[in-house]
Amino acid sequence: MSFQQQLDLYPQTEIQHKIAGTTPDQIDLALRQQRLSLADFSQLLSPNITDEQLELMAARAHRITMQRFGRIILLYAPLYLSNECFNGCKYCGFSADNIFPRKTLTLEEIEREAKFLRQQGFRHMLLLTGEAPKVAGIDYLEAAVKIIKQYCGSVSIEVFPMDTAGYERMVTAGVDGLTVYQETYDPELYRQLHPYGQKSNYSYRLDAPERAGAAGLRRIGIGSLLGLGNSLSDVFYSGLHALYLARKFWRTQVTLSFPRLCPADGGFQPNTIVDDRQLTQFICALRLLIPDAGLVLSTRESAELRNNLLPLGITQMSAGSCTAPGGYGEDNQDAEQFTISDQRSPAEVEMLLKSRGYEAVWKDWDGAFLNKAG
Amino acid sequence: MDQLIIASRKFNSRLLVGTGKFASNQAMIAAMEHSCSEIVTVALRRVDIDNPEDSLLLNINQERYLLLPNTSGARDAEEAVRLARLARAAGCLPWVKLEVTPDPYYLLPDPIETLKAAEILVKEGFVVLPYMPADPVLARRLEEAGAATLMPLGAPIGTNRGVRTRDLIAIIIEQANIPVIVDAGLGAPSHAAEAMEMGADAVLVNTALADTPNPAAMAQAFRKGVEAGREAYLAGLGAQRQQAEASSPLTGFLRND
Amino acid sequence: MQLTINGNVKEYQDQLTVLQLLQHLQLSQERVVVELNREILSADLHIDTELKSGDTLELVQFVGGG
Repeated sequence: MSFQQQLDLYPQTEIQHKIAGTTPDQIDLALRQQRLSLADFSQLLSPNITDEQLELMAARAHRITMQRFGRIILLYAPLYLSNECFNGCKYCGFSADNIFPRKTLTLEEIEREAKFLRQQGFRHMLLLTGEAPKVAGIDYLEAAVKIIKQYCGSVSIEVFPMDTAGYERMVTAGVDGLTVYQETYDPELYRQLHPYGQKSNYSYRLDAPERAGAAGLRRIGIGSLLGLGNSLSDVFYSGLHALYLARKFWRTQVTLSFPRLCPADGGFQPNTIVDDRQLTQFICALRLLIPDAGLVLSTRESAELRNNLLPLGITQMSAGSCTAPGGYGEDNQDAEQFTISDQRSPAEVEMLLKSRGYEAVWKDWDGAFLNKAG
Repeated sequence: MDQLIIASRKFNSRLLVGTGKFASNQAMIAAMEHSCSEIVTVALRRVDIDNPEDSLLLNINQERYLLLPNTSGARDAEEAVRLARLARAAGCLPWVKLEVTPDPYYLLPDPIETLKAAEILVKEGFVVLPYMPADPVLARRLEEAGAATLMPLGAPIGTNRGVRTRDLIAIIIEQANIPVIVDAGLGAPSHAAEAMEMGADAVLVNTALADTPNPAAMAQAFRKGVEAGREAYLAGLGAQRQQAEASSPLTGFLRND
Repeated sequence: MQLTINGNVKEYQDQLTVLQLLQHLQLSQERVVVELNREILSADLHIDTELKSGDTLELVQFVGGG
């Protein structure tokens, strides 16, 4: 069964209605399950959850995470290679609608950025581009990965969706992880938000994680951008998608993110607001649904909130991030994709983790083990 | 309607019955009837040409029961494939309960040869139901190979010891996208109920019915055990009372401002 | 004519087809699957398949099994 077929089993309005109508009694029952069914999961997303129930859920999420992962946080750094983009995503700072000087790093600049991040301690880097295949396509990424691998053992990409052959080339180049957010699982809203460019193709993006799984990427990250559409159904579908991928590509680790939208250059204002309480609830529910999933929290969130969410199931964090290409090596940070909220340096984040009894892990995989890539 | 679906075919019963070791054909038929099973397994053997016996097939109503030939006796993939082809030539549907058991004492399945045989048989168009060790990784490999179900063993064949592989079968059930049928070792209706309570899709029983003074009554008891276990599973068994425990609340930060 | 049937060597005076052999052994075609020299022989070929000396046959049927 394709993932689209799975999605079709849970019509959007029906699932939103069900989640919103969940009673505290139903939440109690769902909280008692050893393993969550999808129905249990949907109930745990309900806005009707009480403070006591949320606390109970947090305690369980904490315990499961301790059992499965221990007190470990993987630290990674985003490395923006290019902000050139032919897509018109309404909410994104890199949208082709926004007029600002575009930049694609040269190989020398990439090396400088990678060196800088290595000095900071990073051994896991996430490479990002927009969608501009002619200037920052697969060939460019291959060349970039070749350089970055000299400084960093584990490389993930968050770029444009590729076909399976493209992902296979990435694996061969030494990439071990992929992040591709569906943004919203609501096809109609998706169409409105992505009016032109390659990204306007909902299905091609929806199936990208599967193509990556088939190509053998070791880690696949998905999620929806909270604030675009109905967050109840979008988080439900993210969980469904993660389960689907985890079952189908069982050699691959699935990770989930829950980025909250913040106003970008284009002046886009979120359609819906996910407050801290709801974000906390979503994180705990996803942890209970998939005990082994990696849960990622970026510097979009404030230092204080990140500290507080730390014990509830988070396994990966970025630190000291800059979302403009070349931003690490120079002061120019005009053209950011989104604004960073947690401004702490990687060393400060590591100190905080230590003070809370956590160990910072700078790399949990190295392609060199395979003795073929990198 | 809560149905068992294997390779798009629907069944109302979640109890599969083996036909070996019964004292008489009458006892076997009575057990089959009282089990309400819809799938019965059979084996292929050489005819004793000096002393031919009644064929089992004459006794089984194939309108009512799906005949599921096994490959028992096969010691490697090649022998299992050969037996499966023979069974198909005998006019059965191309369904096969794949068994590769080189060990003559416990009749434990060989995981490597089982996977090899499954790959070949799926390519030849068989619906393959592999008997397997309760190994979750093997389960995933068999599913990838195109198996129609997984049939992990609860305990060695004929031992009546129950779901000894419980923790591993729980993982297989959790991860599988195809039906999981617990096979071998179930000696009492409570064992069958236990497997079903865990979320198994069906169970297969043979020795526990054949090796008892009253197979028909025991078959009925197993039917009830399977149904009870299934109903308990659907009713949400496994729910445990949760207690708030944290002395320093994890979500207190949400209420501090 | 010498035939190996299910591992036993048997002597036959006359020429036989597979069908005639089954009839001689009092086995009905419906209950038995025939493997001739390790190749499955479908039932519709039994009537036309002449056996020759040195042939090896496996005759199998369904029995009880779990």
